[in-house]
Amino acid sequence: MMAWVTDYPLLAALLALVGLGAPFGALLGFAAVRFRAEGNPIADEINAILPQTQCGQCGFPGCRPYAEAIAGGEAINKCPPGGEATIQALADLLDVEAPPLDAEHGEEKVKTVAYIREDECIGCTKCIQACPVDAILGAAKQMHTVIASECTGCDLCVEPCPVDCIDMLPLEESLQTWHWQLPAPRSNNLEIIATDSATAERAA
Amino acid sequence: MRRVYDFHGGIHPAENKHQSVRSGIRSAGVPAQLILPLSQHIGAAARPVVTVGDYVLKGQVIAEAAGHVSATLHAPSSGRISGIEDRPIPHPSGLPAPCIVIDCDQQDLWTPHQGVADYRDCDASELLELISSAGIAGMGGAGFPTAVKLMGKPGRSVKTLIINGTECEPYITADDILMRERAADILEGVAILQHILQPEETLLGLEDNKPEAIAALREAAASASHVEIVTFPTKYPSGGEKQLIEILTGKQVPAGGLPGDIGIVCQNVGTAVAVRDAVIYGRPLISRITTVTGDAVATPQNFEVLLGTPMQHLLDLAGLQPERCERLVMGGPMMGFTVTNPQAPIVKTTNCILAPTTAELPPPPPAQPCIRCGLCAEACPASLLPQQLFWFAQGKEFEKLEQHNLFDCIECGACSWVCPSHIPLVQYYRASKADILQQRRDHAKSEQARERFEARQTRLAQEDEEREAKRAARKAAAEKRTQLATQEGGEDPIQAAIDRAKAKKAAQQAGTGTEPAAAASALDTLRQKLEKAEQRLAQSHASGEDAKIVAALEASAERLRGKLTEAESAASEAGAS
Repeated sequence: MMAWVTDYPLLAALLALVGLGAPFGALLGFAAVRFRAEGNPIADEINAILPQTQCGQCGFPGCRPYAEAIAGGEAINKCPPGGEATIQALADLLDVEAPPLDAEHGEEKVKTVAYIREDECIGCTKCIQACPVDAILGAAKQMHTVIASECTGCDLCVEPCPVDCIDMLPLEESLQTWHWQLPAPRSNNLEIIATDSATAERAA
Repeated sequence: MRRVYDFHGGIHPAENKHQSVRSGIRSAGVPAQLILPLSQHIGAAARPVVTVGDYVLKGQVIAEAAGHVSATLHAPSSGRISGIEDRPIPHPSGLPAPCIVIDCDQQDLWTPHQGVADYRDCDASELLELISSAGIAGMGGAGFPTAVKLMGKPGRSVKTLIINGTECEPYITADDILMRERAADILEGVAILQHILQPEETLLGLEDNKPEAIAALREAAASASHVEIVTFPTKYPSGGEKQLIEILTGKQVPAGGLPGDIGIVCQNVGTAVAVRDAVIYGRPLISRITTVTGDAVATPQNFEVLLGTPMQHLLDLAGLQPERCERLVMGGPMMGFTVTNPQAPIVKTTNCILAPTTAELPPPPPAQPCIRCGLCAEACPASLLPQQLFWFAQGKEFEKLEQHNLFDCIECGACSWVCPSHIPLVQYYRASKADILQQRRDHAKSEQARERFEARQTRLAQEDEEREAKRAARKAAAEKRTQLATQEGGEDPIQAAIDRAKAKKAAQQAGTGTEPAAAASALDTLRQKLEKAEQRLAQSHASGEDAKIVAALEASAERLRGKLTEAESAASEAGAS
């Protein structure tokens, strides 16, 4: 055996490498099948960050499709309801630079909830079909109403309404939603001691 | 002498307690109007059970607890309900909240009430029920419903019951005066709490800056040795629940945990008295002791005040000099907040109203940059790193804030007090805590929206599938039919039926009389119908049915007769031709 190895070193090395490679390759192949990840885990993580308003402002039919598109290389700044915070979170997750929000898809607005002026509703069910989260309740020729706690404020019901009886109302501040705000940012030209103002003037 | 421990940090601000203890507790009487917010405690707001215009007696239930963590509300005096509406309440936001308003009739008539004969004969659940129905919520500060706190987690025994008489915040003397004047009542209340919890030991902790209260408690405790009075050096914030536990037992409550997790329950002395009143006399929680102090009032003192009394009423009694009063603070100078409207009422947690002059409590000087001196970390009673939290709060780095245990901050204000740059640190922490909680809520909501969206998608897909399946089934059935027909050698049955119908129509068009057999059978059917109709008519005549029905039957019989004669004449014509 040893004699054969010393006689044909090249062949022996080749055999040894093939001998190592074949079982490891088989092992990897087995693992790829056995421990196969269902779906796209990156898209799942991205989807968890997106605000789930399902508004379609990004140009995709819902948050999930946009998440899959981002996983496939789409820009991360097309989600106005998520705003800067979502872009930042996505940038952190994907380890890329956080671009500013793409104005083409809309601006970051205050959170709103759809409200149906019930006297004017004619019961056409068009908004019910448009609502991506089934947050509108009603039946044909019966008044419809929005379940405010389920509404994501996506605007999609406003367009189809034939009598324009849907308003997007900003969420009212109540004792439950009120909270302390951060103190106003420190102004840079505070006159704390006399020389401070001189420095500020020079800088300006 | 019991060994007392120390906690990390703490500060020694000027106490300013002597001003308000010169005289004893004074009754604030019955104001013209009482305003009772439906939410005076942590948890769900109470649900009103009275309507506008109702007459209520003192102690009558006006709103009942809604849910587990909630507290019942009682009328503090007799009178008529003049409104259930939004009123200004003592809250840092200054936002109004739903309140029950009572116009008092000054009679102060009690509703019939009765305590239990001997609480020792009652079991814990009965007494907890009593405490719960008396609407007692913690009177130290946060206002957590007492019955819920006493109930604790099932299967966990209480080792130590701690009664908190520390009252460490400057200016406030409500608990101090209570301990001086009503030491016996407190101990009676403690005995009831002991009966409920069956603790191994009971400690009443207070700072050594209240010698009169210590003497009064020691004297009262001499006859009943069930409570150990423990005194310790004065330091702010010894009265914080977690700090007091560490002082008395040397144990620390785990981060994010509750005292119950280490077998300890903490109750305020005021709460103990409220429990005693509820159990022994059946009196619900309708009044409390509140300190009114500050340089802007002429006679700072403690009032026994009905809940719902407007703050203005108390300030008038104490002789407020409005021109000197710069702002109104509920609570103490460290943890209190500014009340914008003096018409806001006294609630279950109002231990102090502070009316300071500008010289006394000057507006904070402008904040300067953090110089990383580390004084705040030395002062922090929760052993946090305030300067680090400050940086993360500025940058809104919520994950880092949580890693640095922001939620263990008790917002005592010690860090802001020592800060040489006058940075309003606590405000940063409060805002950041709120932002994090908001983010959690938003996340929960978006999760829900995602689930609903996905449920809708699957539903729509299923509907499509079902429609598709139905169409496929119909198609398959049609194909099968054709196949069968061709297999049997005949033609398609549907096609055959259509052909038959076409042939018949063509025959009819060619002349009605060509098929006398068909005409005869039609004649027979008509005759049978007429026979049946006449039978039915005779039946209804016999049983005396409604005239309308009889008339309708007659009309239909008549019609049939007409048709029959027509058909008969047609048939005879056909036969003749």
